[in-house]
Order: sequence, then structure tokens, then C-alpha cells
Amino acid sequence: MKKTLFLLAAATALAGIAAPANAQGMDKVKACFIYVGPVGDFGWSYQHDQGRLYVEEKLGDKLETAYLESVPEGADSERALERFARSGCNIIFTTSFGYMDATNKVAKDFPDIKFEHATGYKREHPNVATYDSKFFQGRYVIGQIAAKMSKTGSAGYIASFPIPEVVQGINSFMLGAQSVNPEFKLKVVWVNTWFDPGKEADAAKVLLDGGVDILTQHTDSTAPMQVAAERGAYAFGQASEMIAFGPNTQLTSIIDEWGPYYMERITAVLEGTWEQQATWAGMAEGHVVMAPYTNMPDDVKAMAEETEAKITSGEFHPFTGPIKKQDGSEWLAEGQVAEDGELAGLNFYVAGIDDQLPQ
Amino acid sequence: MDMTQAIILTIITAATPLLLAAIGELVVERSGVLNLGVEGMMIMGAVAAFAIAQLTGSAGLGAIGGLVSGMLFSLLFGFLTLTLVANQVATGLALTILGLGLSGMIGESFIGLPGLKLAAIEIPLLSDIPFIGRVLFSQDPIFYTSIIAVFGVSWFLFKSRAGLRLRAIGDNHSSAHALGINVVRTRYLAVMFGGACAGLAGAHLSIVYTPQWVENMTAGRGWIALALVVFASWRPGRALIGAYLFGAVSIGQLFAQSRGIGIPSQLLSALPYLATIAVLVIISLNRRMTLINTPASLGKSFVPER
Amino acid sequence: MRIELQKRDGVSTLFAVLSPFVALGLTLIAGVILFVALGKDPVAALYSFFIEPLTEIWSLHELAIKAAPLILIAVGLSVCFRSNNWNIGAEGQFIIGAMAGSILPVVFHGWQSPLVLPLMIVFAMIGGAAYAAIPAFLKARLNTNEILTSLMLVYVAQLFLDWTVRGPWRNPEGFNFPETRNFHDYAVLPRIIETGKTHWGFGFALIAAIVLWFVMRRTLKGFEITVLGQSARAGRFAGFSDKKMVYFAFLLSGALAGLAGMAEVSGSIEQLRPVISPGYGFTAIIVAFLGRLNPLGIVAAGLVLALTYLGGEAAQISIGITDKVTRLFQGLLLFFVLGCDTLIHYRIRLVFGAAQKGSAA
Repeated sequence: MKKTLFLLAAATALAGIAAPANAQGMDKVKACFIYVGPVGDFGWSYQHDQGRLYVEEKLGDKLETAYLESVPEGADSERALERFARSGCNIIFTTSFGYMDATNKVAKDFPDIKFEHATGYKREHPNVATYDSKFFQGRYVIGQIAAKMSKTGSAGYIASFPIPEVVQGINSFMLGAQSVNPEFKLKVVWVNTWFDPGKEADAAKVLLDGGVDILTQHTDSTAPMQVAAERGAYAFGQASEMIAFGPNTQLTSIIDEWGPYYMERITAVLEGTWEQQATWAGMAEGHVVMAPYTNMPDDVKAMAEETEAKITSGEFHPFTGPIKKQDGSEWLAEGQVAEDGELAGLNFYVAGIDDQLPQ
Repeated sequence: MDMTQAIILTIITAATPLLLAAIGELVVERSGVLNLGVEGMMIMGAVAAFAIAQLTGSAGLGAIGGLVSGMLFSLLFGFLTLTLVANQVATGLALTILGLGLSGMIGESFIGLPGLKLAAIEIPLLSDIPFIGRVLFSQDPIFYTSIIAVFGVSWFLFKSRAGLRLRAIGDNHSSAHALGINVVRTRYLAVMFGGACAGLAGAHLSIVYTPQWVENMTAGRGWIALALVVFASWRPGRALIGAYLFGAVSIGQLFAQSRGIGIPSQLLSALPYLATIAVLVIISLNRRMTLINTPASLGKSFVPER
Repeated sequence: MRIELQKRDGVSTLFAVLSPFVALGLTLIAGVILFVALGKDPVAALYSFFIEPLTEIWSLHELAIKAAPLILIAVGLSVCFRSNNWNIGAEGQFIIGAMAGSILPVVFHGWQSPLVLPLMIVFAMIGGAAYAAIPAFLKARLNTNEILTSLMLVYVAQLFLDWTVRGPWRNPEGFNFPETRNFHDYAVLPRIIETGKTHWGFGFALIAAIVLWFVMRRTLKGFEITVLGQSARAGRFAGFSDKKMVYFAFLLSGALAGLAGMAEVSGSIEQLRPVISPGYGFTAIIVAFLGRLNPLGIVAAGLVLALTYLGGEAAQISIGITDKVTRLFQGLLLFFVLGCDTLIHYRIRLVFGAAQKGSAA
């Protein structure tokens, strides 16, 4: 008994020595955010800012926040980060992939400040953590819904850039759809932009003209939702709740909830328990949230809710074999689950997608 | 509605704001003024149209509001470049910076609201014509305006005395002045017309094309309009063709993709600009054509001597 | 009431000095009104805009880094504009220069040697100049309007960079993300002094400004540029060739823009990405005019414009105004400066009463 106590005390003492700065908490923390777009884009940057506001409301006096919007990637982002670092920020969230190198560069010069980079993979210094969300989990659910709801057995997918995150989404959507209808067809249009309402609307129209009756998008504006509403088709929202733009159109929306993560990490700084990590969280952690299932019959809703529950509990993973690659070769054997590392660099389609992945 | 009709409709919607903004700028450049602030005036039109439509509940008033605000905003450019003879290129660029900032401020409270859409007007009898009726005569008022603007400007420039004077100023402001033409006043009117067109083009984006307000929603369309003016070699009819070709290429590219045909999209996107350069070269190969079409005093400031 | 301009006999030295201060005064007044209307403390806002970025050493370094491409491009453009060559495609020449400069570290990344950096500089200047040669050729040979061709070529360059970075030059270890390899150490532009971040891009800018100032002021070439700019006919009588001048001006400004592009990717970004410039080539046009096409004036103008970017960020952080407000404020400043420069060449008279024939509206 005594020995155990002694060991515990020693362990505590050691922990205290190993991380003196981390061990003590703070009374007040300043959290800073840098956004690539305007907070008014009602998409990616908007949702990050919602996360900031969420934590601000929860922590009240203990938290001060600041943000910089529309910061170009490159030299400007490095300067913006440096200004943050020197203006008393304790933790800085850099919310675009293109800030990856700038984040690591500035983090090197400011070892006492925590840096959190969204969607990247470089953690070159102990004070850099990365985070991302498993949006593909939601896409499996909407794929199933699409296959149930589509009369033509096909859906249109408005895609931005062929990076792994987007490819994961397309694959996951298709796997979900195939689980309901193995013959399901998916038409993909690459618009080469994250945000251009006009171009997204054009892509939506072209897809609907081509005979699909359900749209989903991996771009940020609400324009495709509006087009679908006009044409009497169905659509899925992206990044934020878009029901206002299609009350009779939106089936559900995959919402990026950054609030809980920001809460967790800022609290960790307050309590002195912040550590480097690579977070890739999904439904279970509340990072990927499905908007209410609307405009669909009860049985479809029940199916969607069941799948969501299974993914949340970890009982089911969207990338579970058997899955073939587009060229027909085997990717995952029966029962085999794709590893996170492999998904993070995904650059091929699964079988059945009728599109050539831009290389 | 068959697929061809649907695709043509999509192309028309994509081309209308480009065409309107280009027609406006075409008149401005014909008067010898280069206003590079089209993007800024367009975004001001977009935010004003959306805001006014929301506040009054009328998309029609929104469209008018967009037009008026584009015009008022262009006066700022006019005052600097025409009254104070500041450099046109620099002032136009500054106008765009100002417009992007100001529109963002005005629009802050309108983000995330679904907008009102300007209703289409079916023209009696004509809209019943098979195929064409659906495509050309069941459109929104801004589309009709853009077509009227093409013919109106064409008539004005080449058939009216006032248009002749405007072109004379664009070709040589000093001799126009010597002939007793009021250079500055005419240019003011031209700049205001350009602003009104750009404002209405912006309104088209926020109340017809995609009825919503988001920052930077013009996404570079003002710059494309500038390119179109040159592509058109300053002729309204060619601007019409150019805008629809541009629309057709960008929609066709998306359409090809949805059919599973992949082409490097950057190459396709670059085509209109390369074509514009080619057109420029072709018109300059023919010296007579250059003389007829290019406003010789483009971009040069003018101060009346007395 | 209307405003009338009267050309001064020469240049007003008084207003040449005074006009920036008049503009600044007007901007400050407009700023106070703007910030009060937004419910912000105007003194704090203006302080963070114009003073705060100058109070710390690191921030001065950042100022130099931000100003470097603007100055470097703008001094080249000043030669163009003075000789009546309207190159507004520096953005494209910047991009092509950056790409040409990146060939060695991206395509031949295995070759690591001290020779790499000087060659990158040479490649970049050739690349930028070659791209500027297109509108120059079209103008000199075919009399094609250079404003428009050079502008069109900007879009082509942007798309070409986008395609290259997403396609052939994409980092094979980069998980498909659109960016090239990071430059190796031999390909990174060194800092001027060890203690601060300012890299040699700023050095290039200052050298270019001083050399061109000397050329414009003291050499026959400078005289030739000015004469041809004022009147091509007069220039021909003096025995100068306006065609040669077209090439000279475009190639020079293209080379400097290309160098600026290379300095930006090598000194700051250390790789190529789909977008490498937040519009430096266009902003530099404004800088060139703010600096009144005088290379030394351009150095000052570049620093002032860079200051408004840094100040905008400082104001966003310290008093929480949005990015939109900072852009609006920047736009106002530019308008006032451009407007006030009129005073140098013209007398402004307010005229009351009926308009006379031929007068300004």
C-alpha cells in the first residue's frame, strides 16, 4: 500500500518535472483563429467562426478570442500568425490546409504557444497539433438516403478539388448508395473552386439536366440547394444547415461542428493539459453532425438514423470490405476496415463510379 | 422541357451578367475611358439589390436598387478620373478594393438568408412559340434588359448623333473638344451608364442567378466582362456573341464532365482569354479595322484647355 | 457650383510635397467618421492602423517583406508608364517568373548546389521578361493594344500555374494536395540580416529602385524614356526608336516582376501553390502611381501600402474591426492620394454660376 502511494507520488513528481509549463493551468486564455475566407461565406470559414462563438459563449470571462479573415495562404499567413503569436494568443487555430507550412514555421519560434492546424499532416514541433473531421461518415448516410429517394437511380456530385478528403467523400457516398442499390449511378462534376455560387449553380443545373434527381456537393455555397429547390429535386446540405434555402428540398445536411473540439482544446490549455495530437474525429465525438432528416418517408429516415447510430457507436465503418477499386482490383477484403493512414491519402475511386479521377 | 432547352437556359443565365457588364464597359471604353473597377461596381450592385429586395420585399425594387447603386458608385470613379484627372487604371483598381470592402460591410446582416428571386415574365404569344418561346421569351426582366441594351447601344453608337460624338471623343478627345463637344460631360454619362449596367449585372447574380448574398460572390466576373469588351473589339453585337460563347464553353465543360468526359479544365478556362488575344491580334493586323474600332484615346486623361 | 482645373505652368513643388499630407489628413478625417459610425474608438483604430505595425522590430521586417514585391514590380512599371507603355499584366509576369525560377528546385530537386539560387534568379528574370515580350511584340509589330493583351495574359498565367501545380509538378509525397515539393536549402533566398526575417527580395527592390532612379535622372536612357513617353513623334525627331523602347520597357518590367515572383516563392513560401500572389501585380500599379512613377517615391509608396495591410491586421486583432472595414479604409486612402495628386499639376478652382461652353461638368 505504502509502496503504491510512493510510486504514485513519484509519478506525479515526474510528470511535474517533465512538463512544468503544462502542469499549471491558467485563469484566462486567449484563443485566436485565422480563416482563409470571409466569415460571411456561410460555408467553411463561417462554420469555424461559429465554433469560435460557441466556445466564447461557454467559457465567458475565461476566454478572449480574436480572428483574422480572408488571409491569403503564403507569406501573408505567416505574418498574420506571427502577429497573433505576439499579441498574447495562447492557442492559435489555423483553419486551412494551405497554412500548414506557415503554422509549423511560426510554431518553431514560439514554443510556448499552442498551434492547431486543420486538415494538414505536418506536426514538426511539439506545440503543433492537427485536427480534421471524418466527413465521409456523413456521406455514407446520405448515399444510402440518395439511393432510397432517387427515382432515376442516380445522383449528381458537385466536387471541388481531387484531394483525399473529397475523394473519401465521393467513395463513401457511393458505397452507401450501393448498399441500397448496387446499380446506383453517380455523376461527378469538378468545379475547381471551393466557393463560387454561380459556378456551383451551373454545375447543379447541368447535372439535373443530365437526368439526376438528387444533388450533393463538396463545395461551400448554398447555390446548388437553391437550384434543386427550383427544379423540384432533392439535395443534401454541406458544412452548414441549409434548410432555409430549400425547406422542401434538403434531405439532411452534413454539418461541420468545430465548437466541441475548440471547447476541448481551449479547456485543455486552461487546465494545463494540452498535448500534441492528431485528431480525426467524426460522429462519435460530435464533430460531424447530421441535420434533421426531412422531406423523406419514415422508413428511409429510420434507416438513416440506424446507420448514423451504428457509425457513431463504432459498430460500423463506411470503408469495410469487400470493396473493389474502380479498375476492378481488390482494395479491402471481406470484413477488412480501411486504416486512417490509407484514407488520409486516398487517391482512387471505388468500383462503380462513372468518372475519371483528375490526376 | 428537353435537355437542349435546359442547357441553353443555363448558358443564358450564366452569360447575362457578363453581357450586361460588358455592354456597359463597352460604352465607357468607346468614350475613351478605361474603368477597371467593374468587379467593384458589380459587387455593389449585388449587395444593394439583395438588401433592397429583402427590406422592401420586392425583387423588382432590388434590381432597380442594384442599378442605381452601381451608377452612384461609378460616380466616385468619374469624379476622380474626369474631374480630378487621376490615372484611370489605378483609380479603377482602387474602386474594386473599395467595392469589395464596402459591400462586405453592408451585407454583413444579410448572410445566410434565402433571397427573393426576380420572377420571370412570359411575353404573351411569343412565349408560346415552340422551343424558342421557352428559351427566349419566358425569362427574367434583366435578361430582356441585357438584349435591349445590346441593340440599344448598337443603335446609339452607330446610328445616333450623340453616339457619333461619343465615339469622336474616344478617338481623339482634343479634336472633339475643338469641335465644341463637351468631353467631360459625355464621359461622365458614359461612366454612369457603365456603372448602371455593372450594378444591374451584380443584381442579376444576387436576385436571379443565385438568390442569396455572400461576400465576394461576383468571383471575378467583372474581370471577365472586361475581357469580353476587347474580345468584342468594342462592338455590341460581338459582345453578345462573346458572352454566350464564354457561357457555352464554361457550361459545356461542366456538361462534358457530367457525361464522364474529362478535359483539363484549366485549358478550357484559358481558351476565352487566348481567343481574346487572338481577336486583338487579328483586328490589329488590319490597320483600317483598328482605326475604326479601337478608341484611340483609351485610358488617357483629358483636361479642357481654355 | 463646379470644379475647374487649370494646368499649372510647371509642377508645383509646394503641392508635390504637400499633397500626400493633404491626402493623409483627409483619410484621417474619413477614418474618424468611419470608426465613430461603427462604434469603435477612432484614436485606437488609427493608432493600430498607422503606428502599431511600426513599433516592433519583427513587424518592420514583415513590412519590408510585404513591400518588397510591390516595390520591385512598381519600379519596373514606372519605366513602362513613363514611356507610355501600359503594361498592366505584371501579375502574370510575376507568376511566370516564379514558375521559371522554380524549375530547378522542383523538377531537378536532386541537384543541390550553391549555383542553384543564382540560376533561379536568372531563370525567373528571363521567364518574366519572355512573358512580357508577348504584349511587347504584339504592340511593336502589330500595334495591338498592350493594356488588354497584357491583362489577358494574367489569366492565362494564373491558370497555367494552377494546372502545373495540380498536375505535373505536384509533390509526389504530398497526399495529392495541390502544391509542389518544398524547396531545398540551396533554393531558399537568404535573410539580409540574421536576426530578422527580411530576405533578399527587399534588397533587390531597393537596388532596383536606386539603379532605376539613377538611370532616369542621370542617363541618356532616362531622357529617352521621358521624351518618348511625352511624344513618340518628338522622340523620333531626337533619333530615338519608340519600337525599341516598347521592348525595353516591357522586358525590363517583366524581368523585375519575374524576379519579384521568384523572391516571393523562394524567400517566403518555399514552394509553389495554386495561388502565389494576392494580387501583387495589380497592387503594384497603384503603388507606381502613388509613388508618382519616381523609383524613390515608389519605395515610400510601397512601404505605405504594405503598412495599410499590416495595420489592417493589427486593427482586426486589437480593436476587432472586420477585414471589410480595413479594405474600405484602404480604398479611401488610395482615393484621397490619387485625387490630391491632381494639385501638383493643376490648380483647382471652384466656379459658381452658369457653366460655360466646354467646361467640366
